[in-house]
Amino acid sequence: MAVPLTPDEALDGPPLSYNPELERIEIELLLEGVFRHYGFDFRSYAYASIRRRLWKRTEAEGLSSISELQALVLHDSAAMERLLLDLSVSVTAMFRDPGFYQVFREEVVPLLRTYPFIRIWHAGCSSGEEVYSTAIVLEEEGLLERTRIYATDINDAVLQQARAGIFPLNRMQEYTENYIRAGGKRSFSEYYTAKYDGALFSPSLTRNTVFSQHNLVTDRSFSEFTVIFCRNVLIYFDRDLQNRVHTLFYDSLVMLGILALGSKESLRFSQYEPCYEKLHPREKLYRKIR
Amino acid sequence: MAYEIIVVGTSWGGLAALRELIRELPAGFGLPLVIVQHRHKRSGQLLPSLLQDCTPLFVCEVDDKAPIETGTVYVAPADYHLLIEDGHFALSTDEPVRYSRPSIDVTLVSAADSYGEHSVGVVLTGANADGARGLKRIHDRGGLALVQLPSTAESPAMPTAALRSVPNARALSIEQIAATLASLPVESARHSERR
Repeated sequence: MAVPLTPDEALDGPPLSYNPELERIEIELLLEGVFRHYGFDFRSYAYASIRRRLWKRTEAEGLSSISELQALVLHDSAAMERLLLDLSVSVTAMFRDPGFYQVFREEVVPLLRTYPFIRIWHAGCSSGEEVYSTAIVLEEEGLLERTRIYATDINDAVLQQARAGIFPLNRMQEYTENYIRAGGKRSFSEYYTAKYDGALFSPSLTRNTVFSQHNLVTDRSFSEFTVIFCRNVLIYFDRDLQNRVHTLFYDSLVMLGILALGSKESLRFSQYEPCYEKLHPREKLYRKIR
Repeated sequence: MAYEIIVVGTSWGGLAALRELIRELPAGFGLPLVIVQHRHKRSGQLLPSLLQDCTPLFVCEVDDKAPIETGTVYVAPADYHLLIEDGHFALSTDEPVRYSRPSIDVTLVSAADSYGEHSVGVVLTGANADGARGLKRIHDRGGLALVQLPSTAESPAMPTAALRSVPNARALSIEQIAATLASLPVESARHSERR
């Protein structure tokens, strides 16, 4: 879980004296070093956001340059763990974009009914909020029994949170509102038990879910899927890496399978645009047609 | 000095101020104008369409990795931070900054760091202090800092905070801000490979 920023560290930029060209060199060297020493490949991440995150970690470690951060993480694997969390955690919410889940229920669920067995991949599932959201929709539509959900993330720490299914109690009001707007059919509180400051979600929601580590940058496809969710993960990648991941998704979808992206992500800048049709004018739900 | 990008930040009272501002921009306006307006995360497409009603310039919400084009009005999508790289946008769902996502500071800092002295930052009406630190970064990087004259703002807190942070910023009415933007020198050949 990402730690809330204090106001003064939140700007996450270099000191004013910093030379932008030199900064880029230092960032590229650090990412190259991390890749060669630890095998984590962040070299094709979107520059503007990785830069913010690197400065956030630099400041949190009490350092003043990216080169100092490079020395620290290369020599101290505990510092690398902390950086890995910063670089790989994405922040999400249950039923983020309720309109999306409503359209999923209305437009995609009827298509899924035609399959005897449904395989869903949540790629970059982070702490699992959207995995549980999907499972709730499928449960209510009577499809969860014949569905297997593969929920993957690069980061094992967030996967453990996802497996545990405990989310902050203080988000439940927002999530309940999202659930209702998404067309939820029951009372949202049926799905969790409040305990201390956490909401423990019913383990039966993930009875057909496999959580496992998978790296979108370096790992290959591992099955054929009816639906792939990858929402607000690709925004952290540059165009080139986005295209590589789109190849992976295209190869991993069955014909007429569904690709679900974040509301501001688009196939417009990818070479795969002609291979999909849009299922909805607004929500980013695509169907593989060739 | 030729300018290449304008970032306008606003919060409470922003819709009326933005409509007044972009109504004054000419059809051949030669710069990209990026708007970061605090709004509800489910506010949808209302803001872009209300802005489109009062300008011949093309208004759109930013999609991830969209190229930055001149003469276009870009609106930061609700519930994302909007980052600016050289020549294109990038979105992030990182934690809100000072309770805001999009954060005006984040976009202004990003514009200042990518475009330096070619960037323009504008802070309009609002009831908080977002934008003050980002505008300072624009100014410190040699860009142009404009602030709505607090006495003309529906909510003067944000312009006041911006002026406290950047005392050398020019404090102007909306009409004067529009006139200033419309008369900015524009780089004729945009370079796409500056990093």
